[in-house]
Amino acid sequence: MANDHFVRFENVDKSYDGKLLVVKGLNLDIEEGEFVTMLGPSGSGKTTCLMMLAGFETPTNGQIYLDNNVISDIPPHKRGIGMVFQNYALFPHMTVYENLAFPLRVRKIPKDEADKKVDKALSMVSLQGFEARMPMQLSGGQQQRVAVARSLVFDPKLVLMDEPLGALDKNLRESMQYEIKHIHESIGVTVVYVTHDQTEALTMSNRIAVFNDGKVQQLSSPDELYERPVNSFVAEFIGENNTFGGEVIDVAGDKCKVKLNSGAEIFANPIVAKAKGEKTTVSLRPERALIDPQTTMDNNHKGKIEEVIYHGDHTRLRVDLLGNKQFILKVPNSSSGMDIKAGKEINIGWNSVDCRALDLKLSI
Amino acid sequence: MSKEQILSSDGIPLEQSLKKAERKNKLKAVLLVAPLFLFILIIYVFPIGDMLFRSVDDRMITKMLPKTFNAMEKWDGQDLPDEPVYKGLYEDLTYLKQNKTYGKIIARLNYEKSGFSSLIKKTVRKINKFEEGNYKEQFIKVHKRWGQPEYLVALKNAAPEWSYAKYLKGVDMTFDQDRNIVSVEEDRRIYKILWMRTLNVAFWVTIFCFILAYPISHLLATLPMKYSNLLMICVLLPFWTSLLVRTSSWMVLLQQQGPINDLIVWIGLAADDNRPELMYNVIGTFVAMTQILLPFMVLPLYSVMKTISPSLMRAGKSLGGTPLVSFVKIYFPLTIPGIGAGCLLVFILAIGYYITPALVGGASGSLISNTIAYHMKSSLDWAFASALGTMLLVGVLAIYWIYNKLVGIDNIKLG
Repeated sequence: MANDHFVRFENVDKSYDGKLLVVKGLNLDIEEGEFVTMLGPSGSGKTTCLMMLAGFETPTNGQIYLDNNVISDIPPHKRGIGMVFQNYALFPHMTVYENLAFPLRVRKIPKDEADKKVDKALSMVSLQGFEARMPMQLSGGQQQRVAVARSLVFDPKLVLMDEPLGALDKNLRESMQYEIKHIHESIGVTVVYVTHDQTEALTMSNRIAVFNDGKVQQLSSPDELYERPVNSFVAEFIGENNTFGGEVIDVAGDKCKVKLNSGAEIFANPIVAKAKGEKTTVSLRPERALIDPQTTMDNNHKGKIEEVIYHGDHTRLRVDLLGNKQFILKVPNSSSGMDIKAGKEINIGWNSVDCRALDLKLSI
Repeated sequence: MSKEQILSSDGIPLEQSLKKAERKNKLKAVLLVAPLFLFILIIYVFPIGDMLFRSVDDRMITKMLPKTFNAMEKWDGQDLPDEPVYKGLYEDLTYLKQNKTYGKIIARLNYEKSGFSSLIKKTVRKINKFEEGNYKEQFIKVHKRWGQPEYLVALKNAAPEWSYAKYLKGVDMTFDQDRNIVSVEEDRRIYKILWMRTLNVAFWVTIFCFILAYPISHLLATLPMKYSNLLMICVLLPFWTSLLVRTSSWMVLLQQQGPINDLIVWIGLAADDNRPELMYNVIGTFVAMTQILLPFMVLPLYSVMKTISPSLMRAGKSLGGTPLVSFVKIYFPLTIPGIGAGCLLVFILAIGYYITPALVGGASGSLISNTIAYHMKSSLDWAFASALGTMLLVGVLAIYWIYNKLVGIDNIKLG
């Protein structure tokens, strides 16, 4: 039976210098067998959380539970958590085999059994035959896979990965993302993954915890996170985003009317800003706004094309719309015949459901 | 594979024009290297060659007694030689007396066999009264030792132009009168003791330096920048201070009425009237040399430890290794290049260390280098000093060779 709070952070605070809280009152539950990504800009506290879970940092306040046991007092080597480090941390003086056998040897597992486990772990990352190589003789991607295999070889229930793909080039990174995802699916281990790359997080995770300023801003599945961000930080951080600053002037059911700073009025979905008179930042994904919509949409405004940028599979338009000169529209390149040129006036429409009235972002 | 000559645009074979272009660069490189090369040649290679040469050069006596040795070639070395040998000796000594240079051979012959000093002096004093003919009798009349074969054998033994006697002396061996290699009498064996003490001091100083330097270097490599810089200055400050100043400050600290002895008395480890001697013995040498050579251990260790990512130890722990196991299996093996470099450096420096043992070592704490200095400056036995120096050099090269065989010299890291 899957334990739905296999890993549990309970009101965890962390401060390094006693003045500044790097992690503030963190609560987080991770289900057994889940792939959870901690995503956030650098300095948001995500790596600190991972280090606390691994045992290299101690929480200033609060408790961390692993499988219902408090682990704050257990030293890292007794936690039995596998870990993949940012720079792989392969032991440079040991062969691939010795690297993988290290966790088995310290656990006093007999040699023939250890050999089998090493072999299995290497086949998982398709690196059989590389046992006698030194880490320096491997490419970055191969080293990465050895690191993954090593973190799994002693059958831990939980594996932590700290930006493991950061040092790889783009193509390799993408193929490794799938590989790690498949390994996770095939052996059902719980993975906590830290990254600042949102595409990586969206591709791999069951759930994503978006960190900012020492707090989890939103914890939900990738699609939920993208489609229904709960605040303007998440909306801004995940994917592309068009924003309008304004004030709620009327609320009626699941719709509200927002008076923008430019004076225009639009309909939006009240998510955070729910009361009349509240200041808000309205967020709209570029692909949710259409040019000359066929169906009726409750927002319909005129804008002027400022710039056309060709992107291969799609074309991007920068439009001056309702006072926002940075409004981005994505047009698939298949929709030929559309007359898009800089300087042209176009009709832009979108549904109020997709247009979310969130908290006020201070920078606007 | 067919070999087709590639031509450059002006028709000259590419290979040839490439060589021409490179020749200029090579010439430049040679010119840049030349000053250093000459410098090394003049102040390093040449003096060492001269030292090697001096240690085996024994031509002085051969040149001074040419006629004697010439006549001795026909002598079998069994009984007393015949007249021609004495005649040659007479002619040589007369010549030496006229030039007043016989003092040199006295020291040399006295080393071969004691008793030559008075023998030669007395003979030279009376050589003017010698009459022509029958020199053998006249010599024996002047001093009866001229009638004892062992003195003439000793004289014959000094004849070869090249000799490794100085090397034998360096390990407490000598030739007996039949040219067999034997150990010197037990109460005159001093060099073996000296060598053993030198090796012993170098070995333990290396060990102490290692024990002290390892944790410090680790701290240096892991502390945040602002603290590690401060600590680094603490390590380097003594390094920048004059060696003489440091050694004399140890003399202040270690003397019998010095602060360390005061502390020992105050704690109650020793009575005031029975203060331990910390200086002018091997303890002083150990303490002062360890402190002075410490930076040579810290710096290579630090530079190696700096390159070891802290995530390796974390990885070791996260994989289930206790801190001790992770240290022994992961951290320690990775620091071996630094340990090797540091130990080799400290050992080689310690084995030839001069000024500190000279100042704080006293008699029981002086090392082989002090003896070399003594023979250079006081006894003026340069050949022997050269022989000891050569033995030291060979010893260091041997250590280097063994290290290379065991660890591999490419495994060394100085920074």
